Amino acid sequence: MKPFQNVKSIVTPLDKVNVDTDQIIPKQFLKLIQKSGFGKFLFFNWRYDENENLKSNFVLNDSKYVGSKILVAGDNFGCGSSREHAVWALDDYGFSVIISSSFADIFFSNCFKNGLLPISLESKMVEKLLQETNIIEVDLEHQIIKTPSEEIPFEINSYKKKILLEGLDDIAQTFQFEDKISEFEEKSTVPSVL
Amino acid sequence: MGKTLFEKIWESHIVVEKQNEPDLIYIDRHLVHEVTSPQAFDGLRMNNRKVRRPDLTIATMDHNVPTSDRSLPILDQTSAVQIKTLENNCKDFGIKLFDINSPNQGIVHVIGPQLGITLPGSTIVCGDSHTSTHGAFGALALGIGTSEVEHVLASQTLWLEKPKTFEVRVEGKRKNPHAVTAKDIILSIIKNIGTAGGTGTVIEYRGEGISDLSMDQRMTICNMSIEGGARAGLVAPDQKTFDYLRGREYTPKNYESLVDSWRDILKTDSDATFDKQFILDINDIAPQVSWGTNPGMTCDIDEPIPSPDKFSNGDVNQKKGAEKALEYMALESGTMIEDIKIDRVFIGSCTNARLEDLIEASKIIQGQKVAPNVSAMVVPGSQMVKKQAEEMGLDKIFLDANFEWREAGCSMCLGMNPDILSPGERCASTSNRNFEGRQGNGGRTHLVSPVMAAAAAINGHFVDVRKLDLN
Repeated sequence: MKPFQNVKSIVTPLDKVNVDTDQIIPKQFLKLIQKSGFGKFLFFNWRYDENENLKSNFVLNDSKYVGSKILVAGDNFGCGSSREHAVWALDDYGFSVIISSSFADIFFSNCFKNGLLPISLESKMVEKLLQETNIIEVDLEHQIIKTPSEEIPFEINSYKKKILLEGLDDIAQTFQFEDKISEFEEKSTVPSVL
Repeated sequence: MGKTLFEKIWESHIVVEKQNEPDLIYIDRHLVHEVTSPQAFDGLRMNNRKVRRPDLTIATMDHNVPTSDRSLPILDQTSAVQIKTLENNCKDFGIKLFDINSPNQGIVHVIGPQLGITLPGSTIVCGDSHTSTHGAFGALALGIGTSEVEHVLASQTLWLEKPKTFEVRVEGKRKNPHAVTAKDIILSIIKNIGTAGGTGTVIEYRGEGISDLSMDQRMTICNMSIEGGARAGLVAPDQKTFDYLRGREYTPKNYESLVDSWRDILKTDSDATFDKQFILDINDIAPQVSWGTNPGMTCDIDEPIPSPDKFSNGDVNQKKGAEKALEYMALESGTMIEDIKIDRVFIGSCTNARLEDLIEASKIIQGQKVAPNVSAMVVPGSQMVKKQAEEMGLDKIFLDANFEWREAGCSMCLGMNPDILSPGERCASTSNRNFEGRQGNGGRTHLVSPVMAAAAAINGHFVDVRKLDLN
């Protein structure tokens, strides 16, 4: 996984609550067997009309936001299906930071497996950022969002921060505990399926 | 101080514990399906890793499979490739697969319990958010993403932050348990706690209203824990649980001694405390119908659709959400639910496609016909459910009423296969999500119980099943 770099970008304001992963990436794109190329399908039903022309009233189609790396959205972002394709689509499209007042658990966890930073802020702060038109900077090392008018601190679990900053491979980390896993298996009373 | 059931299961599965970091948790059962696994197997290949415990891993194909004639080739090429990929991956990595022609094929959360793979006190994961279903057996069952699928395949463990505990206590007795079902209980719970009410928690469903339920019904409850935002939902195992799993194809040989070891341990201690609590009284609960685009947007069958103001309780964003939902659903606040006409009926999904669901629905339609202009289908949750239902003659009842009777799969719950709504179509569905476009782009979903769906099919609009003679 690539290490997380500080991000400087304008924000894309997606002023909706309960954005579910069915909206982030609709089902018809879950049939693909690779991880790449999902960006063009991001928010597909909101971005395109029935003839697959861009809908002018959807925020991602506004030329102001082309190249934006920071998505700001309402409460309970990423709820619903566990599909990691949602994170792959956001990442492939170019987002590396998602800011909301709260995230659904599985989506939140999936972000860290792919180098995306989800930031939870108070609703008031999210409302403010939805209006922010200037370039802002997200500094993970110092846990600060810098806007021209203020510095907004954010919380992140130290372990998750390390994973992102170092781009750690989870599985390689786990293999260091191979002896502990074997030890557990020897004691386990849960029988095999087969 | 005493411990909750969840805490006991968690603690008994810790492999590595660190201060202020996630715990490494051992996984006893890993269920795999075609949609969320191909990239995980690819990851193993790229890093030259193998599956650590193929004997704890079971695969089936459910999301993508056609529910029509299984002897025909799969027309959708991308679906066919994904299904073939799962076959190849299972072969390459030595994983037991119930393929499209297996009598054990079905929705992964229906076949796990039915085959005795799901066990009380165990940890179960699957790359699917409705894995919470297995919690009905007192298992800690978590939906995970594809990276975590790869991690479990490689190590049989997961790094997990310990969730908080949430007691949902269901008190009282339903006056008409054939009309007011487990689906109505869980929809009521979600309506009250909200779709993010359980975020960061594992729910334990407790109380008389839960212990009264059959295993099929408890699965319906636990299934929709994720719709309340929870990481998982569980019910302490009791005699019904132990009896259900006895003698199934993959039930362990030493089952009786396992039951003895579970009986006294797998419950929340009387002096244990929860981080959060919600109590639902079901004495006067009504059948529920969702009117919006998330499962929290639900009301009683005999209520009008609420105004966005009333629904949002002063929250501006929730109000905007409700307005958008009504626009998408082409509904107006104040409309009585019984006046909403429907075009399609779907009885299926990991929420409500077990034998008991089909039996209850069949009682409603026996000797009647689906309303003109309504098209209705039944998609059994597994091939085994289908077979059992056919042995009881249920297929005939549904077919005589002009329902379609299909092969097992996820089908129109998420419409990855050809079973989808057309834009603007309105569906009474026994599934779990009424998100925009979930059942087909532009489709409008109303979540209901199997009996409510069956009654809507016959009448062409929603009806209060409490008014019907169901005995």
